[in-house]
Order: sequence, then structure tokens, then C-alpha cells
Amino acid sequence: MAYSATAESHDHHDHRPSGIWRWLSTTNHKDIGTLYLIFAGVMFFVGGSMAMVIRLELFKPGMQFVDPAFFNSMTTVHALAMIFGGVMPAWVGLANWMIPLQVGAPDMALPRMNNFSFWLLPFAFTLLLIGFFVPGGAPAGGWTLYPPLVLQGGDSFPLAVFAIHLMGASSIMGAINVIVTIMNMRAPGMTLLRMPLFVWTWLITAYLLIAVMPVLAGAVTMLLTDHFFGTSFFSASGGGDPVMFQHVFWFFGHPEVYILILPAFGVVSEVIPTFSRKPLFGYEAMVYATASIAFLSFIVWAHHMFTVGMPLAGELFFMLSTMLIAIPTGVKVFNWSATMWKGSLTFEPPMLFCLAFLFLFTIGGFSGLMLAIAPADFQYQDTYFVVAHFHYVLVPGSIFTIIAAVYYWLPKWTGHMYNMTLAKWHFWLSTIFVNVLFFPQHFLGLAGMPRRIPDYATQFADWNMVSSIGGFGFGLSQLLFPYIVIKCIRGGEKAAARVWEGAHGLEWELPSPTPYHTWETPPSIALIHKGGEHWTEDGDDA
Amino acid sequence: MNMKKLATAIATVTVALASPAAFAAWTLNMTPGITAISRRVYDLHMIMYWWCVAIAIFVFGWMIYSLVRFRKSQGAVPDTKLVHNTKAEIIWTVLPVLILIIMAVPATRTLIETDDASKSELTIRITGYQWKWGYQYVDSGVEVLSTLDHASNAARQLGSGIDPTTVPDYLLNVDHPLVVPAGVKVRLLISAQDVIHSWWVPALAIKKDAIPGFVNEAWFKIDTDKTGLYRGQCAELCGRDHGFMPIVIDVRSKADFEAWLKTQQAMQRPADPAAAAVATAGDAAAPTG
Ligand SMILES: [Cu+2]
Ligand SMILES: [Cu+2]
Repeated sequence: MAYSATAESHDHHDHRPSGIWRWLSTTNHKDIGTLYLIFAGVMFFVGGSMAMVIRLELFKPGMQFVDPAFFNSMTTVHALAMIFGGVMPAWVGLANWMIPLQVGAPDMALPRMNNFSFWLLPFAFTLLLIGFFVPGGAPAGGWTLYPPLVLQGGDSFPLAVFAIHLMGASSIMGAINVIVTIMNMRAPGMTLLRMPLFVWTWLITAYLLIAVMPVLAGAVTMLLTDHFFGTSFFSASGGGDPVMFQHVFWFFGHPEVYILILPAFGVVSEVIPTFSRKPLFGYEAMVYATASIAFLSFIVWAHHMFTVGMPLAGELFFMLSTMLIAIPTGVKVFNWSATMWKGSLTFEPPMLFCLAFLFLFTIGGFSGLMLAIAPADFQYQDTYFVVAHFHYVLVPGSIFTIIAAVYYWLPKWTGHMYNMTLAKWHFWLSTIFVNVLFFPQHFLGLAGMPRRIPDYATQFADWNMVSSIGGFGFGLSQLLFPYIVIKCIRGGEKAAARVWEGAHGLEWELPSPTPYHTWETPPSIALIHKGGEHWTEDGDDA
Repeated sequence: MNMKKLATAIATVTVALASPAAFAAWTLNMTPGITAISRRVYDLHMIMYWWCVAIAIFVFGWMIYSLVRFRKSQGAVPDTKLVHNTKAEIIWTVLPVLILIIMAVPATRTLIETDDASKSELTIRITGYQWKWGYQYVDSGVEVLSTLDHASNAARQLGSGIDPTTVPDYLLNVDHPLVVPAGVKVRLLISAQDVIHSWWVPALAIKKDAIPGFVNEAWFKIDTDKTGLYRGQCAELCGRDHGFMPIVIDVRSKADFEAWLKTQQAMQRPADPAAAAVATAGDAAAPTG
């Protein structure tokens, strides 16, 4: 990478193997962060090309390109690749890069485990993706893996289960590393309530991961034994219950949604203050709101299952508890808006992507509130309305903020500025096309189009064509991203230590590019106060 | 493009959008349906929608105002001391709580209503199969197996060369619809044979999972003036042909329904050949959608 040349001269004791062995054996949090981010980038394009196949087949009514079974594999593996291969590793990569820099630690607490948790991922996704070449084809029962359907899968079924085991192990190790680092390796004076919000949201995310990844691993293991060893956890004929799987799955699944989005809240809480030139409004409220969302995420899971035939009391409970999530989420949106209020705003690419987040994630929140209303959900459930909802919170929600985070910290990592004009093009194309892609899906769902179907009645044709055009536009515009990033790594205008005028925090006290080893001597209290969340012009703590 | 041409173009588009055919294709919203419950669900959906619009106007208005007003390029100076405001923070925590309570009241009421399947006059068992629906009128023993119609099935094959727009009700048509009476409270007992399916008819606002080994309950009472054909689809991914197991309900007046049921009963138990012959003739005359 480009920063290595500078780092070598800067750091006298910087011994590391060269070539591929450096990357295989590395225990450096920056190298591992880079590996995670590259892996996530590759998986975004793998999952994205599957989305292109889906939108191509749905471009007009009639089956034109793929068999329905292959179409089901596309929707299933698209989701698994994007969630477990794209968004989650991208957040772990950003955590690896930024948490030690932001809390003044020399590295992650458990560097060897860090290496191991990354290198499990390529194996996990090899297992998942070779499913396309085994008898029966790739998993096609949906990423939610509901039995009995999932048990009809071919040889790819056990492969997918083992892939999920490996991803889970990797995530748990990553989460342990984050928690131990934050709890034990903060520089003296970096108290918990002085930590940047990205660190806070990741700390809470890590606890969620440790709580729910074992639940998913248990659920898929029970599927495995049901299939191969004659158990009947989820089979009524053997005294089991297929709905029990859904309860267990969504006990994992709903917190998982926040695993994908909480770090995004952290990034937005860094970027908006920087480009508003104002400290974050309501810092402590943000921390408590994040913690409340995490707590609520454990008691709302059955809102994914309003149509399974729960008792009335159950439906009521899950409807009301789900509605409660609107309160802490609202607090966050209001705090971000208040941060911009009486600020001094500029619109560099990271800020633009976070603004798109602010508007479009809120739209996803509105449809989420509508989906919480159980009787109305009887109409929305399993339709394109749901598809529109979760893509609004995941694409302009998680993925836009990952892009924002990369555009925010890339000059810090590489020491170079990237092409701002191209990055703004990337923003405008992404934002326009993401709406062309997903907004019509609200209409399709309300008009009665179920999700996960390869072909549809002709009255759904027009909006599907619009959506597909948006999809192709969105997919193509993402090619700008690797181009901009790679060009920036190769060279470009020299970046200052404090890349953005309004940026505050310990990472901006380090040179750009960051040396290979940082904070070997912890930052001084004065530096922490200057960079802390409650910064003021003169460096005192407010 | 000169102004005259532009005006003509706008007029053409407006007319096209206003015509009923265009509306059918560019549907934007949920159907209010054909039962009292489905209308309540529709109203609930619209109440939630308008609340969201109102909140959106406020929140987005605030954001857009800040984006325009507080630009550095316009000389905005940041107020770095503005990091806290107890009054504002209490308001934007408590106000949403109140709004949520207002939303929860009609939602809870509707939910309780949908749950009450008592005092039904007719019970129908619904069974999901890969990939068709089975219907059984419990009291009379009449059974109907409902699969995708031939025209749709031929057209939907990969590379069939048949244009779906030439097939009437493409993918939403079946060989034998579920015939139900209007004005009668009908109870549905929903289950499945192989994997989980979900029986969904938007006009009834009913979507209930069909789960192997378990029986779910739902009910409807269709307005007496809403006879006709209504269509739905399986809503839970159930394998390769999940997209090809539609549902059609044929709503008839109570008298027509009873006559139909009687002929079916006779036809399915042809102890009396004469009754069977009458039944066949009657069935042919009936609209099958
Ligand atoms: Cu959820
Ligand atoms: Cu089905």
C-alpha cells in the first residue's frame, strides 16, 4: 500500500515480511483493517452482480434468462454475501483501522486472533460460493433459511451451514477484540464518555454480536442435525415446530439488523460534526439512545413473523415494543439535525453521503414504523414493500455510510487526497439511482407483488422496469468507487494531518499517512481533551 | 422543443396517467378491499402514512432549512457552544411517545377484531402444496384443487416465446378458483403438506402462513355487493415454483354459492348419475375466471 513507503522511513523498528506473506501473517491492525475492507469490497461486487441478475430477470414479465430455482439462489446468496461478506466485514475493517487510532491504543488487544478472524472469512465464502457447482445448486431457500424448505436443499446445504459457522466464529472473535481493546487499551484520560461515537457504537455492536451469533450458529446446527442425524427440532411429524426456527432465527436476526446499522450511526456522528464545524449535539443522549436501541433489539424479533399465527397477546406485545424503537431512533435523527443547526456547513463527499443517509434512512424508518403495525403488516409482510424498506435502511443506511467512512478517512490512510469531483459524481449517481431503484418497490408491494418471485403479473411490469433501470444505473455507478480509491492509493495531492478543517479526534493528530505503528506512547491528556467529543476552539474541555 | 410541443407532450402524459388503464398498471397504493376488516386495515395504513408525511415535512423541512441557511459559503459562523438543550431534547422524546400512543390505539383495536373468528357459518380448510392450493369445504366435504391455469403455465416457461401481455391475468389465474359466499362469516383453517406457504388475498387483508403440522385460523365476511373475482398469491418462499401458485376467489351471492356447493357435492359423490350430469352442466355455465 502507498503508506508503507513513508511508514518505513518514519518507523525505525518496523520489521515486516514482504510480499504475500506480509498479508497472511500480519498482526497489524491497519493491515488487517485493509484486508477486511478489500474483502468487503470484493463481496459487494459479488453480491451486487447477483442483484443485477435479479433485476435483469425482473426487467419485464415472462421468464427470459434464468430458471426459477437459480433465481431463488440469486436472492438467497445475494443477501448472505451482502450481509455477512459485505457490510459486516466492512464495519470490522473500519473498526480495526480506526478504534486503536481513536482511543490512543498501539494496536488491537488480540492481534493474532485478529489475523485468524480475518482469514476465516475467505474459507467461509469459498464454502458458500462453491455451492453453485455442487449437485442441487447453491442455497435457494432464502437467507432466512426457514425449514422445512431449507432442508430440501442439495449438497450446498451443509456447505452453507459450515460457512455460517465460520462467519460466526470470525464475527465473535472480531467482537471480542473490539471489546477488549476498548475496555483495556484506551489511553490514560480517554474516559468512556470521551470516546468518539464510532467507538461507542462499535462497543455496543460488539456486545450484540457476542450475544446473537452463537444463537444463529445453534439454529443452523439444529437444521444440520434435522437433515442428517434424524433429529426433529423443526419438524412437526417428529414433535418439533418449524415456527420455533423462525423465533430462534429472528432472535438473532433483529439484533443483526442493528449490527449492520449501529456503526453507521457512529460514522454519521463523526462526519456531520466535522463538516458542520460544531461538536455533536447531545453526545450523551446519543450514547444512551444507541444503548436503548440495542436493548430493544432483543425484544422485538417476532415483528418479522406477524403472519405465522401467534396468539393475540404475542402480536400486541411485539407490535408495541417495535413501535418503541422509533423513540431512540428519533432522538438520533433530531440530534444530527441539531448538530447542523447554527453550524458552518460544507459539502465534501463524506458529508454528502451522510446527508443522503439522513434523508433516506429516515424514509426507511417511516416504512419501518408502518411495518410495525401488525394488522397493516398482514398486507405488507413478504411483499416488495418490505424489500423497499430494508433496502432503504441497508443501502443508503449502511452502505452509504461505509462509503462515507472510506471517503472520510482514506486521505488519513493513504496520505493522498482523492478526486473530489469524481467522488461527487459517485454521490449524485448513487443517490439518484438508489431512489429510482428502491422507491417504486414501495408501490409494487402495496399493489400486491410478493417478494422472492422470478416472474410477475403484467400490472407490475412498469414499476419493475423503472426499478431495474435504477438497479443497472446504481450498479454501474459503483464502479467509480474502486477506481477513485485505487487511484488515491497510487498517488495524489498530499493530505494534511488534519484532513478536514473541522475534524476533531485523536486520529487527526497523527500524520497522514498514518505510520505503520501509532500511539506506541499514548497521547497526552491535553491531546485527548483537544480532540475529545466536547472540543472547543482553545483545546479545553467544555 | 418549442412551447407548443411541450404543452402537447404534457397534455398527452396527463391524459395517459388519468386513463383507467394507466392507473391499473401504475398502481401506487394498497387496495381497500371487500370486507369491513380490509377497509379498517386500509384506513390504518393511510393514517400511518399521513403521520409519516407530517413528521417528514417537519424533519426534512428542518434539515433542508439548515442546509440552506447555515452554509460556510454564505458566511455562516458555527455556534460551537450549542451542544445541548434540555427543553428541546425533552420535547423530541416526549412528543414521539404521544404520537405513538395515538397510533397504537386504532392498531390495537383492529388487531383484536381480526383475531375473533367466532360465530362463523362456514368453514373451509386450506392446504398449501408445492405448488398448488387445496380447498375443502368442511361441512359438505367438497374438495377443490387449485393450480396455475394452462395459458399462464405455458407462457411462463423459460424461452416460451409467448408474450405474457397476451395472456389474460398472467400468473394470477387458476383452473379452479375458491368459491365463497358474500355476506357470510367464513372461517379458514390453513395448513400445509410439505413446506411453509402463505395464503394471501389482498382484497381480504388476509395473509396467514400455511405451516405443515399446524393449523392457523383466519376469517372474513365479504360485503354482499362485492361479488366477483379477486386474486392473490402465495406469499412465503416455498421453492422453485413459489411464484406460480396464485389464489383466485370467486365471490358469489349466498344463493348462488349454495347452488354451486350442491352441484359440486353431487358431482364429487356421483352416487346418483343424474345429479352428476346436472352438476357438470351447471359447472360449465358458471364463470370460472
Ligand atoms: Cu426486526
Ligand atoms: Cu407456496
